[in-house]
Amino acid sequence: MARMKFLCDAERCIECNACVTACKNENEVPWGINRRRVVTINDGKPGERSISVACMHCSDAPCMAVCPVDCFYQTDDGVVLHSKDLCIGCGYCFYACPFGAPQFPQASNFGSRGKMDKCTFCAGGPEKDNSAVEFQKYGRNRLAEGKLPLGAEMCATKALLAGDGDKVADTYRERVVSRGFGSGAWGWGRAYPGQSGG
Amino acid sequence: MGHKTFSHAKLTLNSNQLSQGIAGVFLFMAAFLMLGSLVFPTNAKASSVRPPANATINALPENSSPQPAPKATGGFVPGNTLGNRSQTSFWKSVRDGAIGTRDTMQAFPSPLIQSQGQDWRYLRNNYISRYGGWLLIGVTGLIALFYLIRGRIKIKSGRSGAVIPRFSLTQRVVHWFTAVLFILLSISGLILLFGKHLFIPLIGKTAFGVVASASMQSHNLFGPLFIIATLTMFFVFLKGNGFKLVDLKWALKGGGFFGGHASSHRYNFGEKAWFWWAIILGITLSLSGLILEFPWLVGTNMWPLLAGLAHGGAALLMIAFAIGHIYIGTVGMEGSLEGMTRGSVDENWAREHHDLWYQEHNKEATGDHPPAKAQAATSKG
Repeated sequence: MARMKFLCDAERCIECNACVTACKNENEVPWGINRRRVVTINDGKPGERSISVACMHCSDAPCMAVCPVDCFYQTDDGVVLHSKDLCIGCGYCFYACPFGAPQFPQASNFGSRGKMDKCTFCAGGPEKDNSAVEFQKYGRNRLAEGKLPLGAEMCATKALLAGDGDKVADTYRERVVSRGFGSGAWGWGRAYPGQSGG
Repeated sequence: MGHKTFSHAKLTLNSNQLSQGIAGVFLFMAAFLMLGSLVFPTNAKASSVRPPANATINALPENSSPQPAPKATGGFVPGNTLGNRSQTSFWKSVRDGAIGTRDTMQAFPSPLIQSQGQDWRYLRNNYISRYGGWLLIGVTGLIALFYLIRGRIKIKSGRSGAVIPRFSLTQRVVHWFTAVLFILLSISGLILLFGKHLFIPLIGKTAFGVVASASMQSHNLFGPLFIIATLTMFFVFLKGNGFKLVDLKWALKGGGFFGGHASSHRYNFGEKAWFWWAIILGITLSLSGLILEFPWLVGTNMWPLLAGLAHGGAALLMIAFAIGHIYIGTVGMEGSLEGMTRGSVDENWAREHHDLWYQEHNKEATGDHPPAKAQAATSKG
C-alpha cells in the first residue's frame, strides 16, 4: 500500500491559487470554505515564499487524537478522513491541527459551527465510493477513480505534489539535487546574507 | 575575459534578430491555423488529451541517471536561481508561527504552521482528561471512604423542633438556579471530555454522536445563563463570606469532621472556600466559555487554545469541590439540606455547626422578635 502524501515545493509555488480554485470546483465545497489555502511569507519582499497548504494527512493526526466523538479514521493509504454524520462541530480539531486544515461553515446566524469540512486528499468519505451522497458530503472520490488530488494535478509549476510518499520524495530529491540548494546549509543565511552566484 | 564579452555581445545581437524572426513565424502560424480551421473544421472527438501509445511520456529516458549536481564555485552554494542561499532562518520563522498573507477567505489569520496546537493536544489529553479523571475518581473515593468511616453526621442533641431562618427565598432561588445549570453543564461537559473513552465502547459511535451533539448544543445554550447565575450568586451570597480569624481556627481543627468542635459564624471556612472557589472558577469558566463559543471575538487562534485548557481545568476543579459540597449538603450531614429547601434549620443544628451565628441570632431574636416568629419570617422570604 502506498502512503499518500502532499508536498509543496516552496521554490516553485507562484501563488496562483489554482489549487484552491481547482479543489473548490472539483469538490463543490460549500460557500465560504476553502479546503486549501496559499500562504505567502514575506509578501513583496526579497526571499518571498508561497506555500499551498491543506490537510497533510498526518501519521499521528492531532485531529484524531482530540476529537471528542472519534469521527476521524485513517485509510490504508494514510489518508485522514472523517464522518460528517458523527462530527458535532466542536472545533477541537481546528485548535489541534498544525496546518489549520479543518474548516467550519457557519450553521446559523447566531454563529454556531456546522459540520467540519476539510481536504480529503480527493478520497471522499465513509459512504460508498463515488455515490451521490458521498459527493454531496465530502466531494469527489478521485482516488477511487484511480486519480490523484486535483489541486496537485492542476498545479502549473508542479509545485504541489501529491501521491505515493516514496515517489513524491524521489521527485523532490531529484529537484534538490539539480538545484543544488535549499537543502539546509545551516547558518549560511545568517552568516553570508544576500550572497548569490556560483 | 575578452572572449567572453565578445561572445556575449554576439549573443545579444543574435537574440534580437531571433525574436523578430520568431514573431514572424508565430504570425504566419496563427494565420495558417485560422485559415485551416475555416477550411477543415476539426473533429472534437478525434483529438484526445491522452498521449498517443508510442509517445515518450517521461522527460528523462528510462535508465538515465539523474543530472549531476552543478559543481560548487567560488565558495557559494551551487546553482544560480532565486533563493541561492540557505533558507534555515526563513523556515525557522515559519516553524515559529510566521503569519503570511493570502488572497482567499478564511475564518482566522492562521499561520502556516501552528505548533501550539500540538502543546494543546498534549496538555488536554495527558493532563486535563487524564489527571482530571483521576481527580474526580479520587475525590469521590475519598468521600465514600469518609462516609464509611464517619457515617452521616447526625445532630448530636437531636432535633429541637424549633427552627431558625437560614436562607432567604432569593438566596434559595439563585442557589438552585445555579445548581441546576451547573449539573446540566457538568454532565454535558463530562460527556464531551470522557464520553469518547467511556460511552463509545458501550453504545457505539453513531449513538454517541447523537448524545455528544445534544451535549454540545445544550452546553452552548445554557452556558451563557451560567454567567448570569454566577454573577447573581456572587452578590446574593457575598454578605458573611469574608474570611475571619475564626476561620483559620476552624481549618486548623479540620472543621470538626474528625471529632472535636470547630466554631463558626453564619458560614464556616469550608463554605466560604466553596463560595470563593465557585466564584473565581465560575468567572474563569464564563470568560473561557465565551471565547470557545464565540472564537471570532478574539482574533487569533491562541486565545481559544488557552481558553480550552482553562475551561476544562477549571470545570474539573469545580466539579471536584462540588462533589464534596453536594455530599455534605445531602447525605453527609443531617439537617443541612433543609436550609436550602425550606430556608430554615433546626436550632440544635445551628448550635452544633454554626455556634457563633446561632448566638448572634439568639441575641437579635431575644432583643427584637420572639423565636416563635422565626418561621413566619422565613416564609416571607
